[in-house]
Amino acid sequence: MHVRARKNMEDKKNEMHLDDAARVKVLSPGMMVAKRFFRNLLAIVGMVIIILMFLFSFVGGAVIPYKQSQVFYTTDEILKDYAGATEIDQYQFNTAEGAELPKDIYSKTMLAASNGKMVFESRNGGYYALEEIGEKTYKVYSLSEAPKALYIKMPEYKSAVEDGASSFVKDGVTYYFSAEKNPTFFVGTEIGNASMLSFTAYDSKTKLSYEFTTNSLMAYANGESSFEADGATYGIVIEGDAINVTLNGENYALLSNMNFNAVTSGVYLTPEYKLTALEAFAENATEFVFADADGVDVTYKIENKNGQYLIKKNQVTRVIDSYAAPSKEHWVGTDANGMDLLARLMYGGRISLLIGFVVIFIEVLIGTVIGGIAGFFGKWVDNLLMRLVDVIYCIPAMPLYLILGSIMDYYQAKPAARIYMLCIVMAVIGWVGIARIVRGQILSLREQEFMVAAEATGISTYRRIFKHLVPNVIPQLIVFASMGLGDVILSEATLSFLGLGIKYPAASWGSIINAVNDSYVMTKYVFVWLPAGLLILLTVLAFNFIGDGLRDAFDPKMKR
Amino acid sequence: MKKFIIKRLLISVVLLFFVSLIIYGIMRCMPTSYVEQQAMALATRPGAKSYQEWVKQLNEQYGLDVGILQGYFQWARRAIKMDFGDSWFWNQPVLQKFSSVIWYSFALALVSFILEMIIAIPLGILAARKQYSVADYTITVVALIGISLPSFFFATILKYIFSVKLGWVDLYGIVGRMHESLTPTGKIIDIAKHMILPVVTLTVVSIGSMMRYTRTNMLEVLNSDYIRTARAKGLSESKVVNYHAFRNTLIPIITLLGGSLPGLFGGAMITETLFQIPGIGYTSYQCIVQGDIPFVMFYMVFMAVLTLLGNLISDILYAVVDPRVRVN
Repeated sequence: MHVRARKNMEDKKNEMHLDDAARVKVLSPGMMVAKRFFRNLLAIVGMVIIILMFLFSFVGGAVIPYKQSQVFYTTDEILKDYAGATEIDQYQFNTAEGAELPKDIYSKTMLAASNGKMVFESRNGGYYALEEIGEKTYKVYSLSEAPKALYIKMPEYKSAVEDGASSFVKDGVTYYFSAEKNPTFFVGTEIGNASMLSFTAYDSKTKLSYEFTTNSLMAYANGESSFEADGATYGIVIEGDAINVTLNGENYALLSNMNFNAVTSGVYLTPEYKLTALEAFAENATEFVFADADGVDVTYKIENKNGQYLIKKNQVTRVIDSYAAPSKEHWVGTDANGMDLLARLMYGGRISLLIGFVVIFIEVLIGTVIGGIAGFFGKWVDNLLMRLVDVIYCIPAMPLYLILGSIMDYYQAKPAARIYMLCIVMAVIGWVGIARIVRGQILSLREQEFMVAAEATGISTYRRIFKHLVPNVIPQLIVFASMGLGDVILSEATLSFLGLGIKYPAASWGSIINAVNDSYVMTKYVFVWLPAGLLILLTVLAFNFIGDGLRDAFDPKMKR
Repeated sequence: MKKFIIKRLLISVVLLFFVSLIIYGIMRCMPTSYVEQQAMALATRPGAKSYQEWVKQLNEQYGLDVGILQGYFQWARRAIKMDFGDSWFWNQPVLQKFSSVIWYSFALALVSFILEMIIAIPLGILAARKQYSVADYTITVVALIGISLPSFFFATILKYIFSVKLGWVDLYGIVGRMHESLTPTGKIIDIAKHMILPVVTLTVVSIGSMMRYTRTNMLEVLNSDYIRTARAKGLSESKVVNYHAFRNTLIPIITLLGGSLPGLFGGAMITETLFQIPGIGYTSYQCIVQGDIPFVMFYMVFMAVLTLLGNLISDILYAVVDPRVRVN
């Protein structure tokens, strides 16, 4: 009660007349426009979308932990070459401790094995001899000359010549002779052995001694099931094409007629692995399973190329994470270059919006000045400037952009330079529309009374144009600019889409959709192009909503 | 009237001169012209002359060894006689290539133009008659979406849905794989089938502005005095709208449509390129990428002529359709 009584008193004190100016809430023209604008639902929707777009591009780009050109990697299983296996077709040599084989021993051995001349001279001038201890298995001797006269008449020599041999034994010493009419006699020192078998120890640390290799070869050649070497007794077990040598019942070494090579260095192929592979080769299998060091079964694929086997294995490799589907790390997925699409959409939004505003700003600047001058001065100035406008209006914009885009391609302009160039070219083509609007408005405005009054007060031409006429054109300019923003963003997107606008590594929404030019991407990876397209659509739509709302607000009579 | 048309035509010729001069200047600045590519290819042949020598010879051959201004006048002298030279990329006279591709573009543009009129004008009038209704808002939003749709995005969505997912039409091209083995009727149906998506794209992208234009003009007419008079006379609402209002709305619409008639020959570069329709737009896109100066020159000047012609037609139509303009 108390409050109300007090209020009544106040009301009486402030009593107003019916025609009191304070009774009618007077709004400034600007406020009226704002009020009408904010009543328009579509315009508000547009405003909200644009604000969200700005937040998305500028704040989002700053918040997101990724950069626009940051490349992401992933691990993937790829079938890679693991090892190769070749049947041994050259003699493999084991050298005795402290001895050295001549460099051309390989070819000389092959030659001796084929023509049966077991004594030969190597390129370094020394004489060497082979002793056949089994099929394709030889001992190699280094020879030193012995006095010839002593042996040439011996019956052992004669019978050896008759047999076609090149050595004979006398008093427990083996003598060699060259196969000439006037032979030279030699005594030999064992320096190595040659065979078509490769040796692999089961324990990678074991060094197989020369004595072991020679004795095992001899035992194998003689079909024995055990032999002695280095004071130990070894057993021989034949497994298919391979020979397993055991020590105390345990596997000790593997002799096989296949040579294995790991593709990556540092990989030790164990005899067990080789045995498994050899079995698979023998069965003509295309793959085999072998447990790795951790006991996990790994499948190996075999490719047979004319006796050369290639073993492949699925190996984990680091690859660029391209076209990854949306996930927790990449909300919109990644693109062809393994870059985070969300980050690119944000940075692309910055460029798209920025280009829109810069272009419109330049357009309005040029358009207002030229349109204003043409409209105000009229006569030949107007005629000249408007013909200029006509000329530029007639130039087809899209082909021109394409030509300029290819020129920039040729000079390999930097991404930033491209953006500036694009802005300037679009503005230089686009200002004519604004010039026409400004000129038309000013032509009708300058005949009105307030301009006659302005002229009568004697203020300068500059002030008359830019203080009195141009502010009256601003409503149209704002409407045109807000709708033009959408058009500019569309044009830029189209150019970038054709690959002539913004270029990698800079992003724009158009250049992100560019990926659909690859039909495979279009059909398989919708998440790559759909978001960018929706963002363009939403932004342009929002600018059109705002422009539409502004037009209504400025011109209540027309009401859209 | 005659004097007006003659004056406009003369101005157009002067404008055309400057426009073509600017275009020629830009074309000559193109570094990746067809000549360089040709020279590069010829120079790699065994026992060929060096690249520089080829460039020189080809430049002489194609008349590019003279200055821009001189070259322009050479071009213009022949262009007046309708001789636009040979297209470098297509290896045939420009006009011959042009006449072989223009009808695809024209058919595409005409069909979508008719569709646009049939859909946009009634909807625009409906929106104006029921201002602020749900229908009005829906039509406004749809129209604005149409204006805002990037054609390449919309085309991609159409392709994705109708070609990839549903498989009703082909992704690209104007004819199907089995085109040659079809009957004459089958061939026409085949081409028509390939035109569906491009036509839909063009129609949807361009329908919005037409719809809004009709609506704005209809609103203006409906608010005018003579409509109030007609209503005051007691005429039925349908008679007011369909007879009095509609005929007056047609004035600006016919002007707009008349002005856009020449544009039907201009081709839709983006849409044609996306669907690989071999019309004038796609052809010139390829020429631009290849640096084919004669064809691109012709295309750009042709486009400029179309624009000038469109302006002229809409000015004349305005005078023809609206008696008020004629009196003045």
